[in-house]
Amino acid sequence: MSRVHGYGRVETGRTLTFTFDGRTYTGHPGDTLASALLANGVHLVGSSVKLGRPHGISAAWTEDATALVQIERPFPEPMLQATTVELVDGLVARGLRGQGRLASLADPARYDRQHTHTDTLVIGAGPAGLLAALAAARAGEDVVLVDDRSCAGGALTGTEVVDGRPALEFVADVVEELARLGVRHLQRTTAFGQYDDGFVLALQRRTDHLGAAAPAHRGRQRVHRIRALKVVVATGAQERPIVFADNDRPGIMLAASARDYLHRYGVLAGREVVVFTSDDAAYAAALDLAGAGSEVTLLDVRDAPPREWAARAADAGVAVHASAVVTGTEGEQRVRAVLARTVDGGIRLPADLLLVSGGWNPVVHLFSHARGALAYDPELGSFRPTSSLPGVTAIGAANGTLDLAGVLRDGAGPDAPVAGPEPARTPTGIVWRTEGDPDRQFVDIQRDATVTDIGRAVGAGLRSVEHVKRYTTIGTAHDQGKTSGVLASGITAELLGARIEDLGTTTYRPPYTPVAFAALAGRSRGELFDPVRTTPLHEWHVAAGAVFEDVGQWKRPRYYPRPGEDMDTAVLRECAATRSGVGILDGSTLGKIDVQGPDAGVLLDRLYTNMMSTLKVGRVRYGVLCGNDGMVLDDGTVLRIDEHRYLLTTTTGGAATVLDWMEEWLQTEWPELRVHLTSVTEQWSVFPVVGPRSREVVGEVFADLDVGNDAFPFMAWRDTTLDGVPVRVARISFSGELAYEVNVCSWYAPALWTRLLAAGQRHGITPYGTETMHVLRAEKGYPIIGQDTDGTVSPQDLGMSWVVSKKKDDFVGKRSFSRPENHNPLRKQFVSLLPVDGRTRLPEGSQIVELCDDGLPEPPVPMLGHVTSSYHSAELARPFALALVKNGRARIGELVDVPVDGALVRALIGDTVLVDPEGARRDG
Amino acid sequence: MNDVTTAPGADLPEHPDFLWRNPEPKKNYDVVIIGGGGHGLATAHYLAKNHGITNVAVLEKGWLAGGNMARNTTLIRSNYLWDESAAIYEHALKLWEGLEDDLGYPILFSQRGVLNLAHTEQDIRDSVRRVEANKLNGIDAEWLGPDEVKRICPIINTSGDIRYPVRGATYQPRAGIAKHDYVAWGFARRVDEAGVDLIQDCEVTGFTVDGDRVTGVRTSRGDIGCGTVALCAAGHTSVLLDELGVRTPLQSHPLQALVSELLEPVHPTIVMSNAVHVYVSQAHKGELVMGAGVDSYNGYGQRGAFHIIERQMAAAVELFPVFARAHLLRSWAGIVDVTPDASPIVGHTPYENVFVNAGWGTGGFKATPGLGWCFAHTIAHGQPHPYVAPFSLDRFTTGALVDEHGAAAVAH
Repeated sequence: MSRVHGYGRVETGRTLTFTFDGRTYTGHPGDTLASALLANGVHLVGSSVKLGRPHGISAAWTEDATALVQIERPFPEPMLQATTVELVDGLVARGLRGQGRLASLADPARYDRQHTHTDTLVIGAGPAGLLAALAAARAGEDVVLVDDRSCAGGALTGTEVVDGRPALEFVADVVEELARLGVRHLQRTTAFGQYDDGFVLALQRRTDHLGAAAPAHRGRQRVHRIRALKVVVATGAQERPIVFADNDRPGIMLAASARDYLHRYGVLAGREVVVFTSDDAAYAAALDLAGAGSEVTLLDVRDAPPREWAARAADAGVAVHASAVVTGTEGEQRVRAVLARTVDGGIRLPADLLLVSGGWNPVVHLFSHARGALAYDPELGSFRPTSSLPGVTAIGAANGTLDLAGVLRDGAGPDAPVAGPEPARTPTGIVWRTEGDPDRQFVDIQRDATVTDIGRAVGAGLRSVEHVKRYTTIGTAHDQGKTSGVLASGITAELLGARIEDLGTTTYRPPYTPVAFAALAGRSRGELFDPVRTTPLHEWHVAAGAVFEDVGQWKRPRYYPRPGEDMDTAVLRECAATRSGVGILDGSTLGKIDVQGPDAGVLLDRLYTNMMSTLKVGRVRYGVLCGNDGMVLDDGTVLRIDEHRYLLTTTTGGAATVLDWMEEWLQTEWPELRVHLTSVTEQWSVFPVVGPRSREVVGEVFADLDVGNDAFPFMAWRDTTLDGVPVRVARISFSGELAYEVNVCSWYAPALWTRLLAAGQRHGITPYGTETMHVLRAEKGYPIIGQDTDGTVSPQDLGMSWVVSKKKDDFVGKRSFSRPENHNPLRKQFVSLLPVDGRTRLPEGSQIVELCDDGLPEPPVPMLGHVTSSYHSAELARPFALALVKNGRARIGELVDVPVDGALVRALIGDTVLVDPEGARRDG
Repeated sequence: MNDVTTAPGADLPEHPDFLWRNPEPKKNYDVVIIGGGGHGLATAHYLAKNHGITNVAVLEKGWLAGGNMARNTTLIRSNYLWDESAAIYEHALKLWEGLEDDLGYPILFSQRGVLNLAHTEQDIRDSVRRVEANKLNGIDAEWLGPDEVKRICPIINTSGDIRYPVRGATYQPRAGIAKHDYVAWGFARRVDEAGVDLIQDCEVTGFTVDGDRVTGVRTSRGDIGCGTVALCAAGHTSVLLDELGVRTPLQSHPLQALVSELLEPVHPTIVMSNAVHVYVSQAHKGELVMGAGVDSYNGYGQRGAFHIIERQMAAAVELFPVFARAHLLRSWAGIVDVTPDASPIVGHTPYENVFVNAGWGTGGFKATPGLGWCFAHTIAHGQPHPYVAPFSLDRFTTGALVDEHGAAAVAH
């Protein structure tokens, strides 16, 4: 065991049992999987993707590049860093080589998201972030503080002194005051992406660390969508390794990480330790490990080691070699010896742990996500924020401040708490790699990508770090180049003889650390993936046995089968009943837009192809909307309610599109128009009562309403009441039959529906669904926009030139009608198709070709058009179809072929109106 | 340890030791191609290979093939609805099928098929229509029921208990994916070998004009004289043509994509769904590669809005429940340049010796060799190749549109 008495903050009083690679070990609450493995002396975790080289644990947190594991229990999760998995009882994991494995069963966990708005968001609860949050909170700001680790404190180990007391006491005091001030402080919450205008995404891990004790009601993870006026990036810095030969062996670790394992987890990662550094910070690691009982030798790249630190090292019995570099290592499953060159020549140092430090890389990811500019800082040997980004500041180590006193000042300003005395920092030696075999110098350890690979890339002619990244795959692995990115730029610059400042880095992209798909999906799954919209009559439809179809977000009854009926027989029955008696449809899903204002008529005239402003109050007009290209966008009816008010309807699926379309014109092109648009789709329920007996039914229910043709003609609407409830009835027909569309406030919809059914009972009133509605309208040649059209069909193509005003100066789409192609006689036109055999129902979507007496020729076969709608007609006692056919209207009476399942079905082109061409039925 | 014996990700072939020179620009070229992306490079390749034209410069303002070529999700298919689109994409697909040999570069073209899912009655109509059209155009296409969808891609949730159940799919078996960088570099290496100058960090800032001819381009690396100019600058084409007083109906939008970590193989094909906005394949190393819907606002910033990614993830987990604990590793955006009819613009401009190629929207990568072939022909002959002739700039005044909104991978 490598656990050291007197160190660490894990709960040694409780023991957790876990399994790794089939062997059972123990750890304690507060451990990560990595710290528990190290405590058990396990350094070997997995192997490299390409070469199969053994890999260990190379850091203590998210910068780790090697310790990738697959979780098997409590639930399979692919590829996590052992350094970030909090240990729970019963955890089962295994080391990975390259690929994770997805669970084969559904994830039972819940995920959710929360929107947060705040004045100041501080990312990172290290000393800088804590003090920044405190300053903002004391100034009365609303503050959110997020931090990715399990507790606040950042890189503080507990050995530091702040304001004369141990640093962790200082942390606890600040945390307590933040709580008192109402700061929303979230630990285990990783800010993983920053977008424009202070928008930050943060993932909170809420249950995994609790194991079996997690409350059942709590979601596993939560995405916080935080909008902040000010974002303070206090994300710290990550230690940068130095590349040397065989630098990928288990037992080679960042220096500060070993210190973290000691102070946070009480784990001494090695007994025989070599520290290889070009930076002062590693001296602290060396001294701490020596103090905990390790034999430590320190190799400093620099010619002049920092004097104070060197003196302390001498006191602690740590041998310091100046001007020394590591040139290689030995050991397969774990490092066994370190090969180095010192001023005295080559030496071999036996070691079971090699700590490395090449300085520090500010964690600039979140700053860079929002396009904050970075520049190379030659003292740091890394990139840090330069210009400030509006509303975003980087402080502390994230901004390149590495001494504690400076970090405290960054967070709190001149009145900052005072850091205990520390040796003054001396300049970092900027070294990307040492001498040695470049084939074995791994730059991106996870991708097995070496200095040789970079050399090949440069030799191949590549000059951009983006090209080098793609050639070598450096930075593309699970860690997205956290430790390798700057090294790759530096080594590339060296090999090119260029300046690293000119090369820059590859782009930082969200997320900062990987985020589970399900966490991002949140609750938007299953029923909640897209809202299910139902009408007030939904329960009635369900009780009536309706079969539903998805139309946009709506669930609409498609047909109401009686026992033993399939769709075809049910629809034939519904159609026949409606045409011969009376049917009723729940048309409530129809889009409805209330258009109000003195310029309402002007707006509608500009958007519809026909004139709406001349419509008289009390009357209804059918209208078509076209896009800029003159192609039909949607259609519907327009009711003029009063001088300054219209109620228009849209197709069910097109409602949102039409409202958006109208608003876009109103807001961006014609803001001067005094018009307001309001969706009233849900507010009004609509029941078309359809068929020759509809007058009797409607007349009976609304005794006050004169339903005769003279008083209430076709395309008129009338208001009435029923038991004091206002009802609007319109003479609109989508079937060619006498029909009354009954509109009522949706609150009363079920009651009114029941009344209509009751009154219709003796007439055999038949509820029908969308399929019957489609058949009835198709028999009359009325197109469904979006089914019979596809965005390439003009009103003229539909045979509806009559709906295009010739009087209006302009309207959306008008100019397009004059383009030559719109007058091409070979445009596809809307026609009917009757299968000659009288039996075959042509599949919708079928293509239409010229007659092929000798069977279908070899491709390519010219196509004339396609079948848009196809049904069996009760009225015609045969199948029929609607189609778009090139030059179709001129070809009425001609035969064409339709390939269906390898055969050809012959069909006759006809006019679109197949039932009641005289229009005799609409007035009953 | 684990029981993985083959090293996943290790099987990716190495790039060659030499790719291209980095020459200084010459004073003059017969052809100056503006834009060193996939299309510019492919055009240069076929200019050299098919027409013997090699006194050519490809000018790239950033790093070669660093725009959409480096950012797309590498999907290749030809199952387009309209004859005009089907012709150019099928021509491209046939070239893809021989491209590895042509370029002598391992582009990892993997013909694993594409499923375009149908979720509604209208999806089914549209799908049948497209399949029937594809068949009559000689393109491999089938309509599959939910059971067959499940057979081809077992991880798709084809049960009825999702919001928009899978009602079937179209299937094009010859569709596939390739490694985009390998494709770009394969073209670039061949082009460089042929003597074409690939000039990076060379931004075109203007033109010198003589009547209806352009005599040279002004660049950040000096003036360069030219016989012919070929614009392959995607969304920035409209900026360049503005310099010449020509307005181009292009709108540029961010289009985001993302990858997961490397995963053991679970997804053998490519799945697209317009209705729930997802397309996904599993790339060679094992990462899931997914495309999102187009961001609605215009811009050249190569990043998008996060809610698009969230929506995409919801769709992915809805259709593929096993993806729940896969992890988003990296997201990014390219810029799609979209025309009013969602088809490209290729051919003449008002300037006699300036040819345009832009507006490929989400279709640019898959068209790469086909466009290169046809655009090279157009440049060499001064007349559009028949496959690109329908995509003239003047169709927006004549009205002869090729409306592909319905056939694009994502809704524009």
